[in-house]
Amino acid sequence: MEVPYKIVIGLEVHVQLSTRTKLFCGCSTEFGAAPNTQVCPVCLGQPGALPVMNRSAIDLAIRTGLALNCEIASVTKWDRKNYFYPDLPKGYQISQFDQPICGPGYLEFSDPDQPEQMLRVRLIRAHLEEDAGKSMHDEAAGKSASRIDLNRTGTPLLEIVSEPDLHSPQAAKAYLTELRLLLTYLGVSDCNMQEGSLRADANINLHIDRDGETLATPIVEVKNLNSFRAVERALIYESQRQYDEWQRTGAVLGDAPKRTFGWDDQRGVTIPQREKEESSDYRYFPDPDLVPVHITSEQLEYARSQLGESPSAIRQRLVNEHALKPYDADVIVSQGRGVVDYFDRMIQAGANAKRSSSWIQQEVLRVMNESNQGIEDFCITAEQLSELVLAVDAGDLDTTRAKDVFQYWLQHPGSNVQSAKQALGIKDVDQSEIEALCRELLAENPKIVAQYKEGNTKALGALIGAAKKKNANADPRLVRELSQKIIEAEL
Amino acid sequence: MELSTDDIRKVASLARLEFSEQELASFSTQLSRIVAFVEKLNEVDTAGVEEMAHPLDVHSVLRADELQPGLSRESALHNAPSHDDECFLVPPVLGQKSHGSR
Repeated sequence: MEVPYKIVIGLEVHVQLSTRTKLFCGCSTEFGAAPNTQVCPVCLGQPGALPVMNRSAIDLAIRTGLALNCEIASVTKWDRKNYFYPDLPKGYQISQFDQPICGPGYLEFSDPDQPEQMLRVRLIRAHLEEDAGKSMHDEAAGKSASRIDLNRTGTPLLEIVSEPDLHSPQAAKAYLTELRLLLTYLGVSDCNMQEGSLRADANINLHIDRDGETLATPIVEVKNLNSFRAVERALIYESQRQYDEWQRTGAVLGDAPKRTFGWDDQRGVTIPQREKEESSDYRYFPDPDLVPVHITSEQLEYARSQLGESPSAIRQRLVNEHALKPYDADVIVSQGRGVVDYFDRMIQAGANAKRSSSWIQQEVLRVMNESNQGIEDFCITAEQLSELVLAVDAGDLDTTRAKDVFQYWLQHPGSNVQSAKQALGIKDVDQSEIEALCRELLAENPKIVAQYKEGNTKALGALIGAAKKKNANADPRLVRELSQKIIEAEL
Repeated sequence: MELSTDDIRKVASLARLEFSEQELASFSTQLSRIVAFVEKLNEVDTAGVEEMAHPLDVHSVLRADELQPGLSRESALHNAPSHDDECFLVPPVLGQKSHGSR
């Protein structure tokens, strides 16, 4: 849709790092425990309790930073961000202010409008901080007390802050999709949005051209974006809302301070959140309880060794080395590293790449989706499926029968092509047998032969069904081929 | 540095404290004196001294990512002014919060 303005979006993404324990204490970070059962004096903010930094959180942050092309700080430190809220027992959040662990970087991803083009979003920084607890408010707000669960308090978060380089809600969604894929490939986070492991806030405003001058609308931060769809919908709504507001009031950047809006997913609207005037006065200062961390070259080396192949590198490899179409490469890569490994193992076992790709997309992913299981639990191994693809290539089986074998394997894991063929009554038929069958069919169907001779090559299709009836193991391709030969020999 | 009663009012509101006019006046005198005391540090010549983030000459104190026993829920809630045996209870929080991480 053509709109009379340019949208400017920057995203702040909070990712929960997959450490076993919290950022500054040894409490478990596991999701879903009974309220207030994963707490200790440190994360409860008891007086005198002292935080000690989790080494694994540092390692995961460096690994992420490297994958996002960030500069990694040689010295990083901790600061207190002060504010009062019941789910923050200390009265401050330990975060990083002026020396974040990861400095400027960037992420590239395919432009949703022109998939062959890459978009690059520059990243300002990525810093570590602790999460707050969870407050549960009564629906009849203001009536009864709020309940506070502090299990999540102190869970390590990496906040990844982008430059305002995104220019459409669709691009914002595509950026998040690629970021999440990369993070799951890195194994630094499970990125489960339902469980809050990945949360996004968006800063958005519009640039409007008017009489040769560019006007900018006041910036709004949209919070509570709990799904990729919500990100896209909220930004579509908010950009139009800002345009309408500008037409009504003419307010531009600088006329109003930055405002915060919440996304109401059910109603599909953004709603201004009540703000206290000093809300942004966090009075950061260095946390005296924590000493700075020096990142060593060993830590950097270790993080580098844990990077693995990135989704974009795998897409390129599948296209360049295995001649897959970019679309197909993307489907496989988007399924996660497990499916890529499955594909790679099929190739190693000798199967053709394109056919492996289509078997995975049409059969393996279908079954995985239907049965809601991951590739790790899938009962047909890559080596088995490769054997099946090779059997089809060798002409031992036609594709229809191969799919029967695939179905049989789902019920009988662990059998090979031979035993599946036996169980399904699929016999190897030799060519002379099929040739005899074709002669018989052609003799029985002079009409079809006449049609074919008149140039209607499709007429032969009718023979295939008949051939299958006479011999279930007849390969349709071979029946067609031999029938053509026989008729053409008569011409 | 003199702190005005408006400065005190702002600091108090950030700390969610409410003071009478009389208290504001007396805190403004007291806090001004504390700030003046700390300002004495400005007299030290720090030319050529490298900036530091921490007074201790120690860095990179890290721990292994290993589970440690915490508190039972009972002891965690023990000193809370109000709880329902599962959660801490606080006076109703009005409106949405407008800060940081969520």
